[in-house]
Amino acid sequence: MHADPRCVLTGTHFINGDAACCEGAIAAGARFAAGYPITPSTEIVERFAARAPEVGGLFIQMEDEIASSIAIQGMVWAGQKAFTVTSGPGFSLMMEHIGLAAMTETPVVFVDVQRGGPSTGLPTLPSQGDMMQARFGSHGDYAVIALSPNSPQECFDLAVKAFNLAEEFRVPVMLMMDECVGHMTERVVIPPAEQIPIYPRRHTKKPPEQFRLYEPGEDLVPEMAYAGEGYKIYVTGLTHDERGYPSLNPATQKKLITRLFEKIRRAADRLVMVEADRLEGADVVVVSYGITSRVAMRAVQAAREKGIQVGTLRLICVWPFPEKLIRELAPKVKAMVMPELNMGQVVIELERCAVGQCKVISVPHAGGTVHDPAEILDAIERGAQ
Amino acid sequence: MSTTELEVHNPVEDLLRQDRLPTIWCPGCGIGTTVNSFAHALLKQDIDLKKTVIVSGIGCSGRVSGYMNLDSFHTTHGRAIPFATGLKLANPELNVIVYSGDGDLASIGGNHLIHAARRNIDILVVCINNMIYAMTGGQAAATTPSSALSTTTPYGAFEPELNLVQLVDAAGASFVARWTAYHVVQLERTIEKALKKKGFRFIEVLSPCPTYFQRKNNMGDALQAMLDYKKRSKIKHGCPTWETALTPGGDIIVGEFVDREREDYLTRMRKQLGPHYSEFPPQLEEHESEGCSKEC
Repeated sequence: MHADPRCVLTGTHFINGDAACCEGAIAAGARFAAGYPITPSTEIVERFAARAPEVGGLFIQMEDEIASSIAIQGMVWAGQKAFTVTSGPGFSLMMEHIGLAAMTETPVVFVDVQRGGPSTGLPTLPSQGDMMQARFGSHGDYAVIALSPNSPQECFDLAVKAFNLAEEFRVPVMLMMDECVGHMTERVVIPPAEQIPIYPRRHTKKPPEQFRLYEPGEDLVPEMAYAGEGYKIYVTGLTHDERGYPSLNPATQKKLITRLFEKIRRAADRLVMVEADRLEGADVVVVSYGITSRVAMRAVQAAREKGIQVGTLRLICVWPFPEKLIRELAPKVKAMVMPELNMGQVVIELERCAVGQCKVISVPHAGGTVHDPAEILDAIERGAQ
Repeated sequence: MSTTELEVHNPVEDLLRQDRLPTIWCPGCGIGTTVNSFAHALLKQDIDLKKTVIVSGIGCSGRVSGYMNLDSFHTTHGRAIPFATGLKLANPELNVIVYSGDGDLASIGGNHLIHAARRNIDILVVCINNMIYAMTGGQAAATTPSSALSTTTPYGAFEPELNLVQLVDAAGASFVARWTAYHVVQLERTIEKALKKKGFRFIEVLSPCPTYFQRKNNMGDALQAMLDYKKRSKIKHGCPTWETALTPGGDIIVGEFVDREREDYLTRMRKQLGPHYSEFPPQLEEHESEGCSKEC
């Protein structure tokens, strides 16, 4: 299945990451969105509000982020593809509904254009401070997927990917942009529709009497039915059995939560998306994601000019974390350096996977601007010793 | 001696998920009574049950969606209305009914209630008002009468109670009514009427909570609550909603208060978009094979 040609703006554009993200969502088949204005994410839904009537869709500006994050789930259960868009404080308000989407296995996309925090923080300035919130922000145990673009082009590509992964795994997928990527204007090539693969919704073909809403397939992902089709579906955020009926006991909880975890964990190796350069023979590897990966390149070049063997590993899919890859890489290098626009979040995962095998040097940054490459170079030099 | 077994068929049986019964509600609770009126109204109405969806939030009344043999959504606390909004907007063919409690719809979900009424989203909201947070053990709600005792107002509530029908009327609801769990026939008729109407429709139903509200406030048992409803209720159709405040011991004004014509959200959107409007894509599968509805 491929994107709908009449809704894809095939061609070369000079647009920012927010606009590219909107076009990616439309190309992926999203026709519905709900949102609440917040800088620096709003341009995405502003564009969607203008584009939606042209493609037969709708944008509704809800009264708050809480409403937006659940209205989109109503849209999905009515048989559509939908997403919402926000930034830091709004993302915090959406947390309960990320849990609901995980529990009810609602394929939906949340875009967070990160800004400095905590609290109101730096509304117009960049940060990567929501990375752990994307993974652990809602209460309880669940597994999700989070992607991190480092260019407007990737905002388009990964928006499509986010919707596809949401459909394939029936999980909330988060597109973790940041203010710099959202507002950066660059060349974005939107391919012809036939080159944009779309993962079709796992809509059941079974008749209602044979259908169980949460009966998993071999890959642990169940099929869906929509409201209004005669399946009399029962969707609840309570712990439920395969019929979707509440069943509040430890055995059902164990079965359900284990499956919600396993469906992602089992596919983790396949989900890994990294951009690796010169890992072979490297003494130091710079691990980064999002806008920070572009800044880190300047430091890497400087280190190479000084004769240090530096490899780079960019995480495009941050959650699930490329655990196996890091475990294999760690014994082969002296150090891994991780700059992040936060006080050290994803580096905790890096340390866990590299434990005892090599040095892990965090290069934290409080946000508001990108790193000075000199800080990263300094860390590379320390790692090489 | 032979006996003849009488097969008694409850007409609303098919509308309930039999395998989920009995309900979790306490003896004397009024929620089940309202569900009976609702089910009868659904049967009497020429309404496509396949396209009828019920959405609830959290709490005792939040369980209604799960007992109805319809497409059921049991969502998060206070957020049934925005979920229902998404359902209705993405598939306008659905009859969307929100059935939840006062704590859920008016306290934590109060903002959504106001804005759904303002937008005139085409959904029916049935709000069971038992004047207390029951499932969590009898804490005060926004609807708890002033001075009433609850586990979180051990010296009596210091806050005045919210008049829900006045609130949604002010926000622009198309249809606003109030009954009590005693008025089963009237409630059924009002639900029937509300099911036919377009736009945001709100029905408040006062319901006894003998376990937490009555007991705590020395108001007797469920029967006493019913006698009280019978004695204190005054039917005043068309009564201005600012005259319908619920005061301790005072009259309970019931009836259909508001029935106005206002364009609902989708109608207005389509009209305003004019030539820019194109039909929503059908549900996902067909949509993906046929493509979007307009050249773009």
